[in-house]
Amino acid sequence: MSAETYTGPLTTAGHEAYLATQTPVLTASNISIEYQVDPPVKAVRNVSLTLNRGEILGLAGESGCGKTTLAYGINQLLKPPALRTSGEITFHDKEGYDINVAQLSGDKLRAFRWDKISMVFQGAMNSLNPVISIKAQLFDVLTTHRPDMTKEAKQARAEELLTLVGVDPRRLDSFAHELSGGMRQRVMIAMALALNPQVMIMDEPTTALDVVVQRGILREIMRLREQFNFAVIFITHDLPLLLEISDRIAVMLQGEIVELNTSENIYENPQHEYTKRLLGSFPSLTGDRGSFVRTGVDETATRKEGL
Amino acid sequence: MSLEVKNLTKDFKIRSGMKSSNFRAVNDVSFTLEPGKTIALVGESGSGKSTIARMIAKLENPSAGNIVVDGKDSNVHGRALRDYRHNVQMVFQDPFASLNPFHSIAHHIDRPLRLHGKASNAAEAQDQVIELLERVNLKPAGDIAKRRPHELSGGQRQRVAIARALAPGAKYLIADEPVSMLDVSIRLSVLNLLARLQREDNLGVLYITHDLATARHFSDEILVMYKGNIVERGPSDEVILNPQHEYTKLLLGAAPNPANHGKLRDSVRAELAAGLSEDRDQFGTRGL
Amino acid sequence: MSNNNLHPDFDSDGAMSAGAGDELVAAATPGGTLVMDKDAGVPEFEEAAANSGPVKTRRFKDMLPRLDFKLGLGLFLTLGIVLFAIIGPFVTQDPRNYDNATFLKPGGEHLLGTNNLGADLLAQLAEGAAGSIMVGVVAGIIAVTLSLFFGIVAGYVGGYVDEGLSLITNIMLVIPGLPLIIVIASYMESRSMMVIAVVLGITSWAGAAIVLRLQAKSLRNRDYVAASRVAGEKTWRIICVEILPNLLPLLAAQFLSAVVLSILSEAGLSYLGLGPSGSITWGTMLNQASQHNAFYIGAWWWFIPPGLMIALLGCGLSLINFSIDETINPKLRTAPAAVKAIRKAEKAAAKAAKKGATA
Repeated sequence: MSAETYTGPLTTAGHEAYLATQTPVLTASNISIEYQVDPPVKAVRNVSLTLNRGEILGLAGESGCGKTTLAYGINQLLKPPALRTSGEITFHDKEGYDINVAQLSGDKLRAFRWDKISMVFQGAMNSLNPVISIKAQLFDVLTTHRPDMTKEAKQARAEELLTLVGVDPRRLDSFAHELSGGMRQRVMIAMALALNPQVMIMDEPTTALDVVVQRGILREIMRLREQFNFAVIFITHDLPLLLEISDRIAVMLQGEIVELNTSENIYENPQHEYTKRLLGSFPSLTGDRGSFVRTGVDETATRKEGL
Repeated sequence: MSLEVKNLTKDFKIRSGMKSSNFRAVNDVSFTLEPGKTIALVGESGSGKSTIARMIAKLENPSAGNIVVDGKDSNVHGRALRDYRHNVQMVFQDPFASLNPFHSIAHHIDRPLRLHGKASNAAEAQDQVIELLERVNLKPAGDIAKRRPHELSGGQRQRVAIARALAPGAKYLIADEPVSMLDVSIRLSVLNLLARLQREDNLGVLYITHDLATARHFSDEILVMYKGNIVERGPSDEVILNPQHEYTKLLLGAAPNPANHGKLRDSVRAELAAGLSEDRDQFGTRGL
Repeated sequence: MSNNNLHPDFDSDGAMSAGAGDELVAAATPGGTLVMDKDAGVPEFEEAAANSGPVKTRRFKDMLPRLDFKLGLGLFLTLGIVLFAIIGPFVTQDPRNYDNATFLKPGGEHLLGTNNLGADLLAQLAEGAAGSIMVGVVAGIIAVTLSLFFGIVAGYVGGYVDEGLSLITNIMLVIPGLPLIIVIASYMESRSMMVIAVVLGITSWAGAAIVLRLQAKSLRNRDYVAASRVAGEKTWRIICVEILPNLLPLLAAQFLSAVVLSILSEAGLSYLGLGPSGSITWGTMLNQASQHNAFYIGAWWWFIPPGLMIALLGCGLSLINFSIDETINPKLRTAPAAVKAIRKAEKAAAKAAKKGATA
């Protein structure tokens, strides 16, 4: 896979059919991001991506493939030495107007971010401020973006948000260290939800959690998505999880999206060698024993052939 | 010939101010690990599975119960402890933390070789280091041996950790979440490597994991742990395909399964339509 | 995985992390990476060995600070003064030769003039350099040795040993240093340089010991230490071979701080008249100058050179220390550099855009 031969992500006809039924909320085209070190490292190469309204788009890839960098680039959150060297990002508001995200800076960017696109960070349990209460942090978001809100309204909204993510509103006065990992992650989701954004970027939101807690949070995300119809860019290296929850999946490799399709199509009809390899790299929980043979008894059937 | 864990219990003292209370991390756990077999210890964080690993590796002492390896008790010191370690070795979870950043790869394998009398001089040790690195598919071994940990990828580091555990000629290997820190696409290769080494050396492996799928495929027997207790045990296919305990069922239901795509969405939709918002919460995990 | 929250794909060292880089190599050639394990027919994905050029084998190299302006200036000042202390006595008069005229101004035969007794001040300055450095180094070695013992042993062994050693450390920490030294020094009849150095050493180790104890506590819980225990290493070997090398930069920094502190304290003590009796150090020079009213007489050549030397040596050692700090915490260095690189790139982009617009 070299940059010269890259002509955009592989996909199938089924993907076009799916796209025809959707309306975009965020369009990113020809995004390139470089790390300005010596020599410069191209972390994201010429990526174009459309996120549809109310859709969960999974961004899959291994560590170092540029998936997190891309998400930060889309939200204008890059910090030195990362720099977006090219690309257009357009946000299609549900009110009918477009916002050129790539041109935003300063106050306008601050107003846009969180209001339209919010983020749930990797290791969010550590991105809560340890010395101020959950309530103060939720209020902070509301005060910054909704200066007209009364204290009572903020209180009511904060309680509502915690209830929405499945945390007892009585926990509002707690501090981060008093909450379990899963609860902190739920609080982070509540904060991301505070302004009713149309897009949420979630960077490995459940990676550090136990499976049962993870399942609960995924369920919460799915439910909230149904209720509020926001679109999600869900970043993780856990392809089985993505296959289960996302509508579409973009597979990233070395800063490029090598395959983009609906989850069904990716699972049933992968086009790119790398996608096939990723799919073959986890054994099935309940299916036949497949290629993953430890004892050397069954060496004939491989999972690859079964795909 | 086996590694027997008998009624193992571990209490941790928790001090808060002047008061101290006991926390039972492991409660009366027994199992027998035979050479050539793999037992998977499955559970969530805090279930006590890593504490069991650390007790078998003699990094912690049991509060009650004992560990018997080939007829010898683990409660020993000095020369006998060295003999114990000779038989029981461990692979740690985080390959980025388990290798000393200051030392070369060769040092990590050279030391156990010397400590356990596998090599008496530098040349002999060097030959065996190369041999071990080649066994774990790190080639060119001579080149890798000279490097330092930060020059290797996570998967390569974990292979070094496996080579280090094999160096004393161990018969029992404790693998504590050996692949959970690695990228998905290389996990299988590391597990396959472990499986091959197990066949070659007839190793008894205790595979500690939270991943039910690899537990099923990699082990003969599965023990499901919940809050320090073993709540279900049996042949791996039996436990996964026909779970009996509610907690096992909960774990199975929570594991991501690509074949279920769209099902979570549909069930959420159905739930919303029906006006229900609470799912089963038998183990108090909602809101955790 | 990464400690840098905002750029998890990116290592704080300013290069793609080794792990990520290699996996990219493996992924880059899908065909070539699937290696069949012939014995069992089980496919094993093989990670291609990263070809990152010549393999580094020197372990100490990464720990050395990078030679930049700061470090260069620091080394220049420090080594210059050390050389002066070594070579000076050979080319100057005997500093205790009182045959010269008194209060000679700098120039001619006496580059820095003479004092009230007619001693050559350049010779005194050189002898004083040797004295001050000696006191600093000896006190530094004593302080680091003590902090190593109290810090590492307490941190690694833990339990009652830790509580006992920590208690002593904390007591030493809260005793105010200079007053204690003054009390000790004023009780002693004759104070040789070594006695002063020992007193300075045993009163200045506690702060470093606390830092080392915390470091040792954290290193003790690292998996590689646990792995060494499982391999069967003895405790003393784990401390010396597995833990200490990783603390070398920290120890070096603590040593230099202790040296600077001791040189300054010695000067202070000497100025108060509690310094080494009978030897010449920069501090005793200052003390003499002040006792004989050099300032009022206008004999600036008597007190400015030793004062300046103390300042320059302190400055030089501190600059070296800053560079060592940067190897302990690379972010101190890479963050400003990264911001600079971005500005440069943005400027270049703006320039290119302008060019495009005008063309």
